[in-house]
Amino acid sequence: MKIGIVDCGGANLNSIYYSLKNRLGIDVVISSSKNELEKTDGLILPGVGSAGVVMNYLNDKKLDNFIFNTNKMTLGICIGMHILFDSSEENDTQCLGIISGQIKKFISTDFSIPQMGWNHIEGLDDYKDLSNYYYFANSFYSDNTTRAFGYSEYINKFTSIVQKDNYIGCQFHPEKSSLAGENFLKYFISQI
Amino acid sequence: MLTKRIIPCLDVKDGQVVKGVKFKNHKVVGSILDLAKKYSDEGADELVFYDISASTNNTMVSKKWIEEIAKNINIPFCVAGGINSIESARLILNSGADKISVNTPAIENPILINELAKAFGSQCVTVGIDSMQESDQYIVYSKTGNVNTSFNTKILTKDWIIKVQELGAGEIVLNCMNQDGVKRGFDIKQLNYMSDVINVPLIASGGAGKEIDFFNVLNNPKISGALAASVFHNSEIQIEDLKNFLKQNNIHIR
Repeated sequence: MKIGIVDCGGANLNSIYYSLKNRLGIDVVISSSKNELEKTDGLILPGVGSAGVVMNYLNDKKLDNFIFNTNKMTLGICIGMHILFDSSEENDTQCLGIISGQIKKFISTDFSIPQMGWNHIEGLDDYKDLSNYYYFANSFYSDNTTRAFGYSEYINKFTSIVQKDNYIGCQFHPEKSSLAGENFLKYFISQI
Repeated sequence: MLTKRIIPCLDVKDGQVVKGVKFKNHKVVGSILDLAKKYSDEGADELVFYDISASTNNTMVSKKWIEEIAKNINIPFCVAGGINSIESARLILNSGADKISVNTPAIENPILINELAKAFGSQCVTVGIDSMQESDQYIVYSKTGNVNTSFNTKILTKDWIIKVQELGAGEIVLNCMNQDGVKRGFDIKQLNYMSDVINVPLIASGGAGKEIDFFNVLNNPKISGALAASVFHNSEIQIEDLKNFLKQNNIHIR
């Protein structure tokens, strides 16, 4: 089995790469080439950059349609989850439209923004056993309820895990979430 | 609900972890990777690697040890020291660091904070501030890695805190220099005074000596985490014990 990390133009693709390759022993490639990614069994949209920059990069590389049409199990992390939605308030960006709804900006005078640190996720259904603390670093969030499989609370209740068909999105960074994060990645891999 | 973070800081000099008192007389305390793995396994929420030789010697931190950390630990970590351009920040982030922290180069060129935030997102950009109380004022110090280069910038700490946030800082580590390394507790007075003008996560640094010191500082809702070095390196405080103590005292902890 081989997993393709989609190079979305951001820095720090190595965090997720090392997590899969060095700590979970998975064969993995980082690429922005459709041909290269086509040869993999599952895709990861890594959680770096901003929605506008990532979407522009994917459009330039003609990867937007590829991701939209793929039947491979695909995990979007943080920004990678945001771009699965219709749109994001971040840079007022049109996203892939795989999951309906808009990504919103946290607004608060009492809480610091971005949310940065470890927060609890209450997982539902298949994700119930994955309820745990995970690492978050985000200023934007989803309030989707129809595709939600995990909820957390910061400023307001927000959706921390979504799934639609072969697409899973997580607002947190599993590659940085200690053993809980590794178990989450193992769950994703088990679905491939 | 978001938990409060316990953050061991590893001051790195010439490839080893060191610790001095009040930023002077650095002693070697161990290897970078061994300590990083130890703290990660013990439940640290995050790690900071501060290359104290980088900014003062005008050299860039080495990429290799950052890669080794990224391959081996599964919690977030921040690298500080000598990052003075988009290129140097990119190199560190691409090596596997989750955040970069800027201090002296941001004082010399404040727009750097804005450029970094635009290029990588505010959540990657921590600004470290070394603040010294002088009579009734708090002043920013620069080039504090070496006693011979350390100097008073004449910038008021509160003004600088406001400015770095306007420029896009995603987090502030406030190192209260009067307390650093002397283990008499965090500078609660200064931290409270600054917290009014802080809208990004604020990490308290300098002065940790006992478990109760962490309670006293993390009890303030505006403080997101506490950073310490020697109490962890000397095993005076075990992270697991500290976290249990804080949990028992109703601080929200992972």
